[in-house]
Amino acid sequence: MTDNVTPDNQTAAQEVSAQTTMIEHLRKLLDADLQDAAVVQDQIVLRIPASSIQQVLAALRDDKYAAFNQLSDLTAVDYPERPERFELVYQLLSMRNNMRLRLLAAVGEGQAVPSATTVYSAANWAEREVWDMFGIFFAGHPDLRRLLTDYGFEGHPLRKDFPLTGHVEVRYDDTLRRVVNEPVSLVQEFRDFDFLSPWEGMQAQIPGDEKAGKEG
Amino acid sequence: MGVIDPRTAAPIGPGPEQDAILKAVGDEITNRGFVIASADKLFNWARSGSLWPMTFGLACCAVEMMHSAASRYDMDRYGMLFRPSPRQSDVMIVAGTLTNKMAPALRRVYDQMPEPRWVLSMGSCANGGGYYHYSYAVVRGCDRIVPVDVYVPGCPPTAEALIYGLLQLQKKIRRTATIARG
Repeated sequence: MTDNVTPDNQTAAQEVSAQTTMIEHLRKLLDADLQDAAVVQDQIVLRIPASSIQQVLAALRDDKYAAFNQLSDLTAVDYPERPERFELVYQLLSMRNNMRLRLLAAVGEGQAVPSATTVYSAANWAEREVWDMFGIFFAGHPDLRRLLTDYGFEGHPLRKDFPLTGHVEVRYDDTLRRVVNEPVSLVQEFRDFDFLSPWEGMQAQIPGDEKAGKEG
Repeated sequence: MGVIDPRTAAPIGPGPEQDAILKAVGDEITNRGFVIASADKLFNWARSGSLWPMTFGLACCAVEMMHSAASRYDMDRYGMLFRPSPRQSDVMIVAGTLTNKMAPALRRVYDQMPEPRWVLSMGSCANGGGYYHYSYAVVRGCDRIVPVDVYVPGCPPTAEALIYGLLQLQKKIRRTATIARG
């Protein structure tokens, strides 16, 4: 493969970048746990089964060559149309290689995912946040409480089926002398003004702007 | 302390005679209102001249609140010194987004402030939820939690706007009758 690399051949040079070399290495390292691998925007994206998250993370961290020794972020995305609606996203950084790596794992509703806290202690609060916001349960987490929402909050706000305004609102009750939760009652419903936004709604061409489109 | 006869300088014991003198003094005060009105002014002058705000910075409005306290606008000129404790403060500036989780804490801090106390709601979020009005986690106006005296609009309000709001609060305090008259 190195024979193809010439200074004027950009695509060939990209194909054997540090990322692709790393992917080849990771294929051998992770073996059956690796479902898919790609390079997106100069960053490695791996797809793995949620059940093997723990050993994959440990392998990526402990391997002398890969050495992804920092968990930068751990979050999730909700895709309601998919059969396994959530996608866990782990962002890793290898300081040895100056390289970033993204791990994706599909998770169904109600499915328990092995906690990453045994591999990276930084995952502790991140997993609490994911539990709070998406309701993904992490098995083996030392202290899986809600992180951000109110005490006694019900529901998981970042799920797409969670209503924007939630279910309860708070008010100070003068007779009870404490702050009470009540069902939401809005004076005016939420209004979406997207059709007025020049970035999203306006499709018609502005008079005098015809030339701009031709040049671009 | 007893009642002394102004003519003979002799003390007068309890009885109809003492009652008559006390009633005469009371009538004098009620009719003219002279003593109490002056005390009102004195109290209001003292209160409005040393409004010590409680620092309750919740979001970006807190930065503008800091500006108003810093050397350019300098709230110290009006005798306003930020206090870190609710027990030493007269006015609470709710500067920023009040979330559901913070609401009980805000109320507790307000309850810890000694009377007389005032609340200044600063910025759109504290006034009515503002940008986060439809959020599941934000209180739609801090007046749902504490009684508010002055609302300062803006997102965030400038330091001048906050100073203006505080001067309006001073005005409000000055026109209050501190002692209720019978």
